[in-house]
Amino acid sequence: MARIVVDPVTRIEGHLRIEAVVENGVIIDAFSAGTMVRGLEKILIGRDPRDAWAITQRVCGVCTTVHALASVRAVEDALGIAVPPTAELIRNIMMATLYVQDHVVHFYHLHALDWVDIVNALKADPKKAAELAASFSKWDKNTPAYFSGVQDKIKAFAASGLGIFANGYWGHPAYKLPPEVNLIAVAHYLDALEWQKEVVKIHAVFGGKNPHPNYLVGGVPCSIDADEVAAINSERLNLVARLISQADEFVNQVYIPDVLAVASFYKDWAKWGGGLKNYLSYGEYPTRGYGQVDSLKYARGVILNRDFSKVHPVNPRDSQEIKEYIAHSWYDYEGGDTAGLHPWAGETNLHYTGPKPPFETLAGYEKYSFLKTPRWKDNPMETGPLARLLVSYAAGHADVKESVGAVLGKLNVPLEALFSTLGRTAARAVDAELAMGWLKEFFAELMGRVKTRETSTFNGERWEPSTWPAEAEGVGLVEAPRGSLAHWIKIRNGKIDNYQLVVPTTWNGSPRDAHEQRSAFEESLIGTPVAKLDEPVEILRTIHSFDPCLACSVHLYDPQGRHLHQVSFE
Amino acid sequence: MGLSIWQSMQQKGYSRRDFLQFCTAAAVMAGLDRSAGAQVASVFEKKEKPAVIWMHFQECTCCSESFIRASHPIVVDALLDVLSLNYTETLMAASGFQAEKSLNDTIQNNKGKYIVLVEGAVPTGANGVYCMIGGKTAESILQTVAKDAAVIVAWGSCASNGCVQAAKPNPTGATPIHKLVNKPVINVPGCPPIADVMMAVVTHLLVLGQIPALDSLGRPKEFYGRRVHDTCYRRANYDAGLFVESFDDENARKGYCLYKVGCRGPVTYNACSVVKWNEGTSYPVQSGHGCIGCSEAGFWDNGPFYQHLASFPGFGIESTADSIGLSVGTATVAGVAVHAVVTNIRKHKVIAEVHAEDSPDLDEPIEKK
Repeated sequence: MARIVVDPVTRIEGHLRIEAVVENGVIIDAFSAGTMVRGLEKILIGRDPRDAWAITQRVCGVCTTVHALASVRAVEDALGIAVPPTAELIRNIMMATLYVQDHVVHFYHLHALDWVDIVNALKADPKKAAELAASFSKWDKNTPAYFSGVQDKIKAFAASGLGIFANGYWGHPAYKLPPEVNLIAVAHYLDALEWQKEVVKIHAVFGGKNPHPNYLVGGVPCSIDADEVAAINSERLNLVARLISQADEFVNQVYIPDVLAVASFYKDWAKWGGGLKNYLSYGEYPTRGYGQVDSLKYARGVILNRDFSKVHPVNPRDSQEIKEYIAHSWYDYEGGDTAGLHPWAGETNLHYTGPKPPFETLAGYEKYSFLKTPRWKDNPMETGPLARLLVSYAAGHADVKESVGAVLGKLNVPLEALFSTLGRTAARAVDAELAMGWLKEFFAELMGRVKTRETSTFNGERWEPSTWPAEAEGVGLVEAPRGSLAHWIKIRNGKIDNYQLVVPTTWNGSPRDAHEQRSAFEESLIGTPVAKLDEPVEILRTIHSFDPCLACSVHLYDPQGRHLHQVSFE
Repeated sequence: MGLSIWQSMQQKGYSRRDFLQFCTAAAVMAGLDRSAGAQVASVFEKKEKPAVIWMHFQECTCCSESFIRASHPIVVDALLDVLSLNYTETLMAASGFQAEKSLNDTIQNNKGKYIVLVEGAVPTGANGVYCMIGGKTAESILQTVAKDAAVIVAWGSCASNGCVQAAKPNPTGATPIHKLVNKPVINVPGCPPIADVMMAVVTHLLVLGQIPALDSLGRPKEFYGRRVHDTCYRRANYDAGLFVESFDDENARKGYCLYKVGCRGPVTYNACSVVKWNEGTSYPVQSGHGCIGCSEAGFWDNGPFYQHLASFPGFGIESTADSIGLSVGTATVAGVAVHAVVTNIRKHKVIAEVHAEDSPDLDEPIEKK
């Protein structure tokens, strides 16, 4: 029996440590630890609720925008604000843009190197690579000259030390792609790096910048006026149209074909990494107002034990549904370590009891992470692209069923193949394809509203704190690229009285709960074979298939100031 | 190892013409005159790739994300090759033991010569346990990496001034890098910094092999020497007393000044209104939202964001950060009150002529903390 430690887990957002116990070449137990904490919830207390989007947006700069959206929705929910339809459309456009950008970047820059052997791409025949690429994509850039140029770049790069690609697990027996597929993927890695900075210009048009574009309680900050040079006008809309068209080409002619091509060589990974059988989705893309749950493009609900005959409703206000536990987290609860608390009653006293750094292992420590452990009706849940596809599939959303079916058909695998590491990665591609289609739809609707001059982007009726009740509470739900995200807020006398976030990677990457049930990262590693203990690429494949975001997951605080070293900046 | 940038670009298939274009772009981005391209070319031809280590501590990765948005394609492309970026947790292939090996090898093989780029603040509370990588505290890793570094760049507001986790009450003792290391630190604040500014700072180090001219806060003067307000295209509306009264009102659609709905542009030193974001696509004010002052120390505690500044120093656009000292938020310093009075008189004259009823509260006494 051996204990493998992977720390830092790279090509993710944040600081993650995985410890896995391996026996006879197979993982039999696993521990997922978040090792960084910032205290943002404490910092939010006493501030203007209208500022909270900007503060919480700084939770994550990779899935930038999702916390801003959850925050403005939470405040609007608390204060009873309905945003104008045009503002809702712009929010949808920004979210769909993020889905597409984030998933492409995840595949090429964060995940691909677990499957693609860069050094092996040097052995490829560029002509064969071009022929192969032409067999599954009509992208006109895929020529022999193009692939040969990329190969020359890598050769030079390899000669000079490989930089960011140094010390990868190159040559590991788990890499199965032919040299030509490796070369295609590496070429598109470089192209995706150039492309991703283009598509986010959509965020800059509507939000002024990316990362961290601007949001606004009651709508969006930009104004639309086709007769004004300083507003979002026809020139700006033309720019957005061009960027959407470019994105459509890249997603459908490069990203989706590449995912399918790579996946077709790794079908054995449909056997591993399945993990939990429960799936959570808050749903996303409101089309008739955020409060209309039946208008969401992605359905809201829960699936238990892979029973697709029933989609359970989710109520984030019910104190018995979503609760957070700290049995294995570095916190104390007044009610003891086995209690579970709803976020509105959240209580989070930071208390590190792990080994004194520097340390080699967290083995033998009851508590081992700065992530708390969320549960839905005491069930561990997986969340993310796979979960939301499955929930919408079970809820009978036709467009989702069609896209999922098409990918299963192309890979020639049954639905069950989705419950795996491979399935999670394929689901993300389907997710991006759907978002791409909806992005075009939302933009066409926006143009329609510009035409009829229904372009109000801000509802200022409850902007002034003098119009607010003395006390209010709200919840904002977002189905972010990485999964279900929610913010809970309590407002008192115009200030934030309490603020709690439960984010996708907290669901997926948390430690065990009080009943010793594992969360998704840990559960999905059980049963996975590891060929070489000192090069555990298999662990990275499964963990990366979730697209972890650790800065999002750990943001807790100590209201009593215990165990905290306070620094005053007065 | 040991290839010059020109040799490495040759191997990548770039022509001499491409190379000279790159050098000119690099020179322009580094704030040099276009004619400096030839001088730059000679430096690149001789210089070996410097090893670069990019550390992540208490951060949200927005700086890394911003960095890969840099707009000049050949610069981004060259980045993967020109810089020997040996350690960056966001993008590197290796994880765990192999990642730590990359870090240690880089330090051992390049003592006194490598560049450290730091993204994130370092928590000093509870003996550093609030940020640990590989079982070590961020603080101990920072000290190890900084010891033999040639220069340290603090990316973004987290590393430069603590940013969001250092906002009151700073629960984890988040501390900016320059307070922890005994080395020159270039502060490149912003949440995040503008991509092209980040690239320009790196290019500056590469091209001249020197730390760029810094102001008293350790920021490159070329990008942090002017207030967003003074270079804002809506400044004329401010001077004329034309203001947005509420988001998306008629004045918002006309692009009037956002001062009244909350804009920290008058007290924020950054290049947003000149360089702009995402290849010059926009910047916050252009898209209808006030500047939140994200490059200023303590900006999170300078809110609320939608409350307009009671008043601010009215010094002219010729002033720089150094000549007026630290920036200020809703409070101002007495020393600049004279400037404020003079400017206000001048402004009031203009405002009275143009739009008397819409003038901001320039008559209010300057607040003191």
